[in-house]
Amino acid sequence: MSAAAEHAHDDHHDADHKPAFFARWFMSTNHKDIGTLYLIFAIFAGIIGGALSGVMRLELVEPGIQYLPWVATVLHGGQPDQTQGEHLWNVLITAHGLIMVFFMVMPAIIGGFGNWFVPIMIGAPDMAFPRMNNISFWLMIPSFLLLFGSMFVGGGSGPGAGTGWTVYAPLSTSGSVGPAVDMAIFSLHLAGASSIMGAINFITTIFNMRAPGMTLHKMPLFVWSVLVTAFLLLLSLPVLAAGITMLLTDRNFGTAFYDPAGGGDPVLYQHLFWFFGHPEVYIMILPGFGIVSQIISTFSRKPVFGYLGMAYAMVAIGVVGFVVWAHHMYTTGMDVNTKMYFTLATMVIAVPTGIKIFSWIATMWGGSLTFKTPMLWALGFIFMFTVGGVTGVLLANGGVDNYMHDTYYVVAHFHYVLSLGAVFALFAGFFYWFGKMTGKHYNEFLGQLQFWVFFVGVNVIFFPQHFLGLQGMPRRYPDYPDAQTYWNAVSSYGYVIMAIGVLIFFVNIAWSLMAGKKAEGNYWGEGATTLEWTLSSPPPYHQFETLPKID
Amino acid sequence: MLRDRKLRTGLMALGLAVGMTGLGYASVPLYRMFCRVTGFGGTRQRAEASAVPGAVAGKTILVRFDANHVPALDWDFKPEDNLDSVSIGEREMAFFAAKNLSDKPVTGMATFNVSPTAAGKYFNKIQCFCFNQQTLKPGESVRMPVTYFVDPKILDDPAARNIQEITLSYTFYPVDEAKKGS
Repeated sequence: MSAAAEHAHDDHHDADHKPAFFARWFMSTNHKDIGTLYLIFAIFAGIIGGALSGVMRLELVEPGIQYLPWVATVLHGGQPDQTQGEHLWNVLITAHGLIMVFFMVMPAIIGGFGNWFVPIMIGAPDMAFPRMNNISFWLMIPSFLLLFGSMFVGGGSGPGAGTGWTVYAPLSTSGSVGPAVDMAIFSLHLAGASSIMGAINFITTIFNMRAPGMTLHKMPLFVWSVLVTAFLLLLSLPVLAAGITMLLTDRNFGTAFYDPAGGGDPVLYQHLFWFFGHPEVYIMILPGFGIVSQIISTFSRKPVFGYLGMAYAMVAIGVVGFVVWAHHMYTTGMDVNTKMYFTLATMVIAVPTGIKIFSWIATMWGGSLTFKTPMLWALGFIFMFTVGGVTGVLLANGGVDNYMHDTYYVVAHFHYVLSLGAVFALFAGFFYWFGKMTGKHYNEFLGQLQFWVFFVGVNVIFFPQHFLGLQGMPRRYPDYPDAQTYWNAVSSYGYVIMAIGVLIFFVNIAWSLMAGKKAEGNYWGEGATTLEWTLSSPPPYHQFETLPKID
Repeated sequence: MLRDRKLRTGLMALGLAVGMTGLGYASVPLYRMFCRVTGFGGTRQRAEASAVPGAVAGKTILVRFDANHVPALDWDFKPEDNLDSVSIGEREMAFFAAKNLSDKPVTGMATFNVSPTAAGKYFNKIQCFCFNQQTLKPGESVRMPVTYFVDPKILDDPAARNIQEITLSYTFYPVDEAKKGS
């Protein structure tokens, strides 16, 4: 995609008519400002979600319950109490999961990078519905506050919603009395509404506002990935909304959708949840695929290998992703034929995913590679995602999963694809576009140092969890037998290494914002061919007042 | 003009989202229908008395009876026999006994489940106390019958033909007049 038009807007000055501070940041309709707000929000939520996992790894350093009752006392007052501590554990795993999924990865990768770069990459001046974009973002704030607030109100055996991020009935209905779970459900409603509006906005923008000559088959892969993601959001989130609304009425209005005593079935909730939940994991990873494709191409100075295959592999992943949900439910008593179908369908997803992995490698093949920070993160992504993908193929087997279900093996698997996959893609995108978004260069040394520290840290955290899972350590427990001490301790040390990596990240941001060198328009050189590199860094407040033409 | 195109795409996308919400709710009756048709999840099948196929010579299967009740229901509820060896295809009868231990009349309703789940669609009930609500006066006890048969088709199903024992489980729960099920 060679970008036409020399749109290096030199008119980047006060004629941009930026509104005053409050109007600009609180009533913003500018896609770049909203993208920035999303990124700041995601970083903030990520710190909280990461801190929660720190408490969890601290408790798991050695067998027995050491810190939880004390933490519960600090948070909620009263005397240290074993039950309160154990309930706190459930609250922590719930909050960690929900925050990382709904308030860190999704806002950053869709709301943040999607808003920032989808309009620019297709040569549009802004999103299709800028005001709706504003609502999308500002719904996230009350949503997050509701979830955060739920940790401090009653939720059954203690304060906070301790249902796990899956909110399975009947624990979430008759099992958790008190407003905490209601608040968490409302929080999901708001986050869902926000994402649905965002998805409508992206679809409309991509279908209607492409610059002249920018056909669908010329769109950068990141735009393709966001388009597929938006459709996944649109098709899956309403089902979650319906499912959790029924939870809410079961809890408060005496319906019995999930209550066998009234003719309902708790397994129905699991079907509804995973009909959303499985596409949700692709929602989190697909934009990452898009980002990585851009970066690999840029730092190989080659167009991406097999462009159409890459685009339609994402479409295929999206489509097949909707018919595999019950592989999360192998232990609910399915008959063997159903299991066979879901095993097969799940394994089929490895085919388009393999196409993507091999195409990235083929893009690098014979390219003139440079290993700047974004490229390191992108390569780290490919490695980690492949490891997570391999364990995923293993877990897809209905028979094997009887043994692995709800063990740390599963925890390791989904952290390899998300905490390492999606998060590596986020870091890759962040460093790739940092200069474009801020106009300042990040510090290359700190960037590379963070990569290596973080890479070692997360692997030390999560690789041993495969061993723990194979030894049968179940997830969602704050305690374990003595025999599993060694690898649990190693995993917790890994957290410390990872945390140092995050610290370096913040030092890098602070240093770069204050003292970073000024970034020129296209600081990656000839490998960077998408439209954002034809603009200044940062881009003018309103870009493409005359639309670029694409050959 | 451009505005209209955008609005049209936006509304179509919104329609998709609304449609999926509808599907989410429609899944409740659809799922129930699906369970009834396939016996999925051990849903028991209800049959007419005329449908009893008659015993298959020499083929028997063990049926185990399980009874429990939610803690909120102050009843004593148990099967008269725990285990019964029955001929496949023959009409069989089992009795359950319930007693109201509380000092006021209580209405209860039983739910049921068949395991292993693969046997669900072959376990047919002709008559069952679980089809109706049961009201017991304080201290009253009743004997409640279940008439059922195990469909001989179970012998042809590769997923179910090796099953040696089927468990029929009942759970009684109180029926709150103000809180009728959906």
